[in-house]
Amino acid sequence: MSTPSTNPLTAGTSRLVPLNHALPWIIAAVALFLLPVIFDSRAALTIMNQMAITIVFALAYNMLLGQGGMLSFGHAVYMGLGGFFSMHVLNWMSDDPWLPLPVLPIFGGFFGLLFAFLIGWFSTRRAGTTFAMISLGVGQLVASLSIIIVIFFGGEEGISGNRTDMLPFFGWDFGQQQEVYYLTAVWLLIAALGMYLYSRTPMGRLANAVRDNEERAEFLGYSQRNVRWISFCASGFFAGIAGALFAINFEILTEENLNLATSGSILLVTFLGGVGFFIGPIIGAIVFTLLQTVLSLHTEIWALYVGILFVATVMFFPFGLTGLLALHVMPWKLGKIGYLVKPYAKMAVPTLAFILSTAAVLEILFHARHAGRGDNEMTIYWWLTFDSHSPLPMIIGLVIAGVSAYALVKLAPGLKAAWDEATHMGEAGK
Amino acid sequence: MSLFIVNILDGLVTGLLLFMLCSGLTLIFSMMGVLNFAHASFYMLGAYFAYQISMFTGFWAGLIVAPIIVGVMGALIERYGLRRVHQYGHVPELIFTFGLALLIEEFVQFFWGRQQVPYNPPEALDFTAFAIAGNTFPAYKVFMIFMAIALFLVLLYILTRTRVGMTIQAALSYPETVQNLGHNVPMVFMGVFGVGTAMAGLAGVIAGPVMGTFPGMAFTLGAIVFVCIVVGGLGSLWGALVASLLIGWMQTFAASYNLRMEDLLIWLGFEKPTLMWESAWQDLWTLTLPQVGPILPYLFMVIVLVVRPQGLFGKRET
Repeated sequence: MSTPSTNPLTAGTSRLVPLNHALPWIIAAVALFLLPVIFDSRAALTIMNQMAITIVFALAYNMLLGQGGMLSFGHAVYMGLGGFFSMHVLNWMSDDPWLPLPVLPIFGGFFGLLFAFLIGWFSTRRAGTTFAMISLGVGQLVASLSIIIVIFFGGEEGISGNRTDMLPFFGWDFGQQQEVYYLTAVWLLIAALGMYLYSRTPMGRLANAVRDNEERAEFLGYSQRNVRWISFCASGFFAGIAGALFAINFEILTEENLNLATSGSILLVTFLGGVGFFIGPIIGAIVFTLLQTVLSLHTEIWALYVGILFVATVMFFPFGLTGLLALHVMPWKLGKIGYLVKPYAKMAVPTLAFILSTAAVLEILFHARHAGRGDNEMTIYWWLTFDSHSPLPMIIGLVIAGVSAYALVKLAPGLKAAWDEATHMGEAGK
Repeated sequence: MSLFIVNILDGLVTGLLLFMLCSGLTLIFSMMGVLNFAHASFYMLGAYFAYQISMFTGFWAGLIVAPIIVGVMGALIERYGLRRVHQYGHVPELIFTFGLALLIEEFVQFFWGRQQVPYNPPEALDFTAFAIAGNTFPAYKVFMIFMAIALFLVLLYILTRTRVGMTIQAALSYPETVQNLGHNVPMVFMGVFGVGTAMAGLAGVIAGPVMGTFPGMAFTLGAIVFVCIVVGGLGSLWGALVASLLIGWMQTFAASYNLRMEDLLIWLGFEKPTLMWESAWQDLWTLTLPQVGPILPYLFMVIVLVVRPQGLFGKRET
């Protein structure tokens, strides 16, 4: 197989060197094992669990978007259905358990697979816009049905359960947050490894072929529809696992797990991370979860910032954060990464000033429009306190934003020149 | 019978409103091959801008100014956003418009808050146009119907009878040839995008007072608009019209006739469970038509796609 690997970190040497391929996984496993030892607070564990679930879901989503070229606006359905079904399994077993909790995600996975199989039958006939619109319609249909079919979805309150009802697993009953973390982490590793290996199979390669040129794949004798359908089922399976992990962690599922907002946010996560790389969704999920946690603690308009970040990513860095990092692989290999340090350092101050001042202007505007009557005083960045209704802070913010934007425009050619130099295979090249 | 006529008219209002969005969306889609996910967001912007303007000058100024602002915004977004993303392919374009929809919703919440804003019909139209056996029909809805129909006549005239319209139609099928003949095709694209979004904005201006002006209005209507487009057949203007009207009527009738599944099941000869809350079929028994109404368009879409994947009026399999 001379096909280049989709993963820049494990690309390169021949497939006969297993250590090179296994190393990132070993590092990941050790990191996952050590993380709760370093961050042992309840809040940190919750965030890490959420991160792990988002990673599994985002990886499953990227099987469609990145590997198969299918844009779905309703993928929360498969995660949600998997979660709902697992919750029912959990509740059925609560009286007379005969299975331990760690096997529950398998049920979620198969239920997600079943629904992906049914819906994929008509939705994968075409890729592109039609697929996207059908996924949106089906997503809305299931989300609205969840209010009507009370017996399965529990109506507006959703359904809940108790994870400690199942059989203990080697003495663990999963009442502790940390035990749940290790369950989630192990499943994260299994699912991620499964998806990675899947992407290396002929089937995974065919998904890429159909993404890049469906007609050519068809002329080679492969049904593009079946290839998409199988990818869709596989993605549904892993999304279902993510759903079951969600059920185990939060012990409640509602309409929110199925609706467009959830489907949209997984698209956001995956695209921010970078759809062209296997680790893209992982980076996306980690960054997004951290961003969401930190920003929502400090500002009411965090969703606006995330929206701006997303649109800016689509416009300027369509390969996402991972793509941005991968750009630096070449200067690194050429041994010219040092060329970039100086221009980056020069850009750092104006970039920071631009981001902070723009955010400040937005915050002032928001405070001036929405704060209660008489509540004119506001504080930003922990120590700046002023009257949000007076024009002065606004003017200062706008001036700083303007000046730093001007500085960035002035510095851009320098960066471009340094970049050209760093990626140029000249004297220091191989 | 009288309720039936009122429902026909109400459904017509919804259907025409849907078509005001679908027509612009279809034009943009057939021209650039990109489905503008943010189309309904421009509809929302139209309503909010008109509300803001109506606070200063009254309804009628908003009716004219708000769509123009929305159209200019749309043209600028096409020029500086979409055209940039176009080089990456169709899927990133769709993702871009999706991001735009999210961003516009956040901006609307940023400026006007999460609650519904009090955007009302003008006093000049705040009376009952006619009543059929006790069922009243407000004059504002008559105004909506006439506005929508007038807009289509103007659009139809421009597209089929004027030089600009001819250029647009030619650019739809053979952009390169039109370009070679000396027309500025990117400019035409920008213009069509601007006009399409302005129409969505106008729809928002006239629908805002009836359907409510709140941050969720874009996604509520947007999803239905996409259903219309897919059901009618992507790129087909007539298909969009038929699908819009069908879905408009479907929703209106479902909301006003309280048919119960219980009656149907009993008529079919099933026995009603004595202890409803213990029956596994309780949801089926308690189902009513108004409850099912909101999901009917999606169900309709799935059925159409299974039976006829290219949509009702689509020429090729989409």
